[in-house]
Amino acid sequence: MGKIVDTVVEKIVFLCGILSVIFVILIFGFLFIESFAFFKNFGILKFIFGRYWCPNSEPVLFGIFSLLMGSFFVTLGACLIAVPVGVMTALYISEVVNKSVRDILKFLVELMAAIPSVVIGFIGMIILVPCVRKLFNIPTGLTAFSGSVMLAFMAMPTIVTISEDAIRSVPWQYREGALALGATKWQTVRRIVLKTARPAIIAAIMLGIGRVIGETMTVMMITGNSSRIPHSIFEPVRTMTAVIAAEMGETVNGSMHYRALFSIGLMLFLITFTINFVADLFLGKNKNK
Amino acid sequence: MIKLTPKLSQKLSYLILFLATVLVIMPIIVMIFIIVKNGISVINWEFLSSMPRNGMREGGILPAIVGTFAIVMCTTMLTLPTGVCAAIYLNEYARDNTLTRLIKLGIVNLAGVPSVVYGLFGFGIFVMFLKLGVSIIAGALTLSIMELPVIITTSRNALNSVPYSFREASWALGVSRWQTIRCIVLPNALSGIMTGAVLSIARISGETAPILFTAAAFYVPHLPHSIFDQVMTLPYHLYIISTQIPNMPSNVIFGTALVLLFMVLTMSFVAIFIRIYFRKHRKW
Repeated sequence: MGKIVDTVVEKIVFLCGILSVIFVILIFGFLFIESFAFFKNFGILKFIFGRYWCPNSEPVLFGIFSLLMGSFFVTLGACLIAVPVGVMTALYISEVVNKSVRDILKFLVELMAAIPSVVIGFIGMIILVPCVRKLFNIPTGLTAFSGSVMLAFMAMPTIVTISEDAIRSVPWQYREGALALGATKWQTVRRIVLKTARPAIIAAIMLGIGRVIGETMTVMMITGNSSRIPHSIFEPVRTMTAVIAAEMGETVNGSMHYRALFSIGLMLFLITFTINFVADLFLGKNKNK
Repeated sequence: MIKLTPKLSQKLSYLILFLATVLVIMPIIVMIFIIVKNGISVINWEFLSSMPRNGMREGGILPAIVGTFAIVMCTTMLTLPTGVCAAIYLNEYARDNTLTRLIKLGIVNLAGVPSVVYGLFGFGIFVMFLKLGVSIIAGALTLSIMELPVIITTSRNALNSVPYSFREASWALGVSRWQTIRCIVLPNALSGIMTGAVLSIARISGETAPILFTAAAFYVPHLPHSIFDQVMTLPYHLYIISTQIPNMPSNVIFGTALVLLFMVLTMSFVAIFIRIYFRKHRKW
């Protein structure tokens, strides 16, 4: 009897185990089937390099170049803010402060990760957008820059938490060796600790970027939703995620527009898949050391 | 001219690191403060327990609260057992072979898929293909796929932290594999699993993009009757009233944001306290 239970349980947990693989394949397959029909009809190059996204014009235009640029601008801006600040914060938390302060700071970072994206978008709309408009004296505060600032806050918890883990997992002997040679604590951190933890910090940054690219509600609320190709970070943009979220509700099932949105979904899936895959390689590299 | 000695450069660098940390921490505190300050005035029993009126500009947010709870409950019921089982498989049964590596790769990538892509997928599969319609169950299924990697990863870490010697001692007494897992490993890993579960519940209650076209409704004049009903949810309601409705009184928006924030942060607090409490009372 016990043996039967054991075998049955093993089968059940095995099924649950392979579910995640099945879901990845299902998601990819589903997006691919819808996109394939679209590409056959519209052309993949016209889709990626087309300058205009006008689903309601005649003839319809589904060029996502402006959306790609929108996502790129917002992500780039968010990285420029979040990466240096995030890594420095991770260093401060792991190397400078004592244990009780560290616990409090980590707790606050964890809380930050829990704040819903709509709330961040709302705060951005109310506080940041008017500030940006006045500060830079531009016609609207709904710009890629505003999106970048708010998204930087959303990438920060990921970057800080993973970098901090990496920095603290650098073996103590490395530090002691440097300190014994007369290096100051900061020299040790900069030349030894940072260097050893570098692969994992790169992974942390990539995972942060992955989160920024996929973020939807915040960008939809504060980047202005203009589907023109932006020339600077202080212009309204529209990202790939925002287009899907804004237009999915109004499409007819099976229409060109519907399939075009799935094709954007496929692009997003492939981009984040690559980022996560590479980040995972970096993380693995760190563990083998 | 002051010479930049190693000592001085250390002090300067630490100062810069400190400022960076302030830059990260301050906005959270300011954000929470602004929402509490502006939203607290509308919070009363009526706001929490009545239906919206006058194009949602007046009245309460009861349907949104109930809807959020319904979706979170369904999602947790679907994703928690599946995720924990998957974690048990990975940590207790799986050998180090190609399939296991494939599963791990699957989990990593599932965790990285953007939430709006889950929304698309859920819409295509559950709403259209399986004809569940825009409903609680379609939203919950979508969200549970999204939360699966999170639950698996946290549960697996929890199982992994139970010392191997516990298992060996149990096996040495002739106890079978599953009994060992059920009576020895799972109870000791429970705190870690619970922490992960509560944190993911907090995350689910704040998600908007995946339920945008799978479960959420602009306005429903009654509470949901079954899991096949559309619902209003707090995050979607907040999105609607802050962007789509003209002349919306701002204190109602802040009030809604406050309720959502309160729910999410309370659950995060609970999760973190469970973790701290059990770390102190650990048996090893």
